[in-house]
Amino acid sequence: MTENTQSTEIAGDERFPEEELETLTQHRSLWGDVWRQFRKHKGAMAGVIVFIFITLAVSLGPLIQGIEPSAINFSERNFGPTLAHPLGTDNIGHDTLAQMLAGGQVSLAVGFSAMLIALLLGTLIGVLAGFIKSLDGPLMRLTDLFLALPILPLLLVIILLFRDTLRTLYGPEAGIFMLIVFVIGITSWMHTARIVRSDVLGIKEREFVIAAHSIGTRKRRIIFRHILPNILSPIMVSATLGIANAIITESALSFLGLGFPPDFPTWGRLLYDGANFIQITPARVIWPGLFIALTVLSVNYIGDGLRDALDPRLRGR
Amino acid sequence: MIHYIFRRTLIAIPTLLVISFIIFAILDLAPNDPTGNLPMTVPPEVRAKIRSSLGLDEPMHIRFGLWLVQFCVNEPLNLLHEGFGISIGDAENRTRILSWATRSPVVDLIIQRTPQTLWVVGLSYLFGILIAIPIGIVSAYRQYSWFDQVGTFISMVGFSVPTFFTGMVAIIIFSVQLRWFPMIYDTTLVVDSWQNFVSQVKQMIMPVAVLALYNASQLSRFMRASILDNLNLDYVRTARAKGRSERAVLLIHVLRNSLIPVVTLIALGIPTIFSGAIITEQIFRVNGLGQLLIIAIEGADIPLVQTLTFIFAVLIVFFNLIADVVYGILDPRIRYD
Repeated sequence: MTENTQSTEIAGDERFPEEELETLTQHRSLWGDVWRQFRKHKGAMAGVIVFIFITLAVSLGPLIQGIEPSAINFSERNFGPTLAHPLGTDNIGHDTLAQMLAGGQVSLAVGFSAMLIALLLGTLIGVLAGFIKSLDGPLMRLTDLFLALPILPLLLVIILLFRDTLRTLYGPEAGIFMLIVFVIGITSWMHTARIVRSDVLGIKEREFVIAAHSIGTRKRRIIFRHILPNILSPIMVSATLGIANAIITESALSFLGLGFPPDFPTWGRLLYDGANFIQITPARVIWPGLFIALTVLSVNYIGDGLRDALDPRLRGR
Repeated sequence: MIHYIFRRTLIAIPTLLVISFIIFAILDLAPNDPTGNLPMTVPPEVRAKIRSSLGLDEPMHIRFGLWLVQFCVNEPLNLLHEGFGISIGDAENRTRILSWATRSPVVDLIIQRTPQTLWVVGLSYLFGILIAIPIGIVSAYRQYSWFDQVGTFISMVGFSVPTFFTGMVAIIIFSVQLRWFPMIYDTTLVVDSWQNFVSQVKQMIMPVAVLALYNASQLSRFMRASILDNLNLDYVRTARAKGRSERAVLLIHVLRNSLIPVVTLIALGIPTIFSGAIITEQIFRVNGLGQLLIIAIEGADIPLVQTLTFIFAVLIVFFNLIADVVYGILDPRIRYD
């Protein structure tokens, strides 16, 4: 499986810069160059702006708006947009905007934390497999095994079966949050691991690593000092893809009714709850869906731009 | 080649065994009680009896072994018996995997639900491929033209926007506002007249279109990249130098070579037909395999969940194998031996 599926991943092929020295002689820093190239990618810049806007709105919005997302007001049910409730209200008088903002905090937090877990795990396994020959075979078989698991059914099963235990251990919100972040993280590290491994395999045979070996540098130091900085760009690209993937997975789980509990809004949960009232208040479906879509789209565009900017063969064109 | 297929199949068997054990262990480790939903008035002795009748007081490795025997030996033999009338051994008294919720054999439930899934999700995959290939060809051939720009943007949107949102928007527009198509998929509909055929097509349009768009957006980007990889190669220049028309160069020389990775990607994606169905079927209320899994998970119907999840895993491993073999057949440069 390994050889072929790797070669079919042309679209996700990121080789890391090698000709940085040239740019350095012209007194231009590497990251300055990357940024210059990144700015040329219109989609990526739009993505950055949208993503920053969403993050700011979600983190500062509740302070400005000042409505409790869980406040119930039965006299103001199923409202359309009004001055007090810009996005309307739901069937028990929750303010949709307040719920959207609170939900966005959770969705983005899930996206970031799950991505971090997947990234750490993927990088660790990829570096170990690439650097230590005796671990390569077993770790790659493990990666293949994880790739063959039916992820979505397993996620659903794990969440359903373990959510009550964690709820009693860590409270209803923190427990579910930890569970969802953990299971998404632990089931999405495989692509990062494969990319990192193949890059490490290439870099560890290069002269500067051999030179470091020959002067007696310890293995750990070689990894942190020489190898990790050189595989930073595929890791960054898979970080952006990881956020997008985690946000989609979380909202899919919530959409299936197996994510966060009803009184704990996330975008996917709001969409799921809104689906039953689609004929009365379609806005309850549109807004959360739109924000999931916008976030994922902007993150994907950022990833696309990063991929181009970090590729020295494209840079400077 | 045959040697290679044989070797790959041999590797696939332990993989599947490990996966089935992982699924079994997760389900078994979980704090879960099949008698938990019974009324409080049921005394503990009766509960214990129910548990032992479900075979739950056996140790884990015995239950796993029994499940494996039932899944790998008894169920295929039973299918042979019922489907083709070939009976091997004691066909009448064979133990089968029973659902806890409905007390009927799990495989029968799965067979009931498969056609809906295959029709809706399979058709959308097919349409997705049919849309993606021409779009990919044109966008690659006219790289950076307005068609390419628009196509790239749409495919970016297409695979960023989750189907549960596009599906919902489609329902709001076409079912709630315009009232063109029904909101809920009616599986009891029997196509026996023209009128019924029309309503069958009507209820299939939305789910198929939404999923086809999603599949097409991923495939078309891949198709485009694959054609771009080939367009600058020497054999294309040779074909042009021989005086072949642009049409022949593109559709005969380039297309055939660029389809090789795309075909393997298509094969790799077939298992997602089934697992991706979980979400789509929930949006449009199609009672296919995905919905069966959701019901089974919510009802803690462990045998059904175990069997369905394992079938998904078998499909993934099987189509991985198919993809590798197809790659070897299509591309004579690949040699496995």
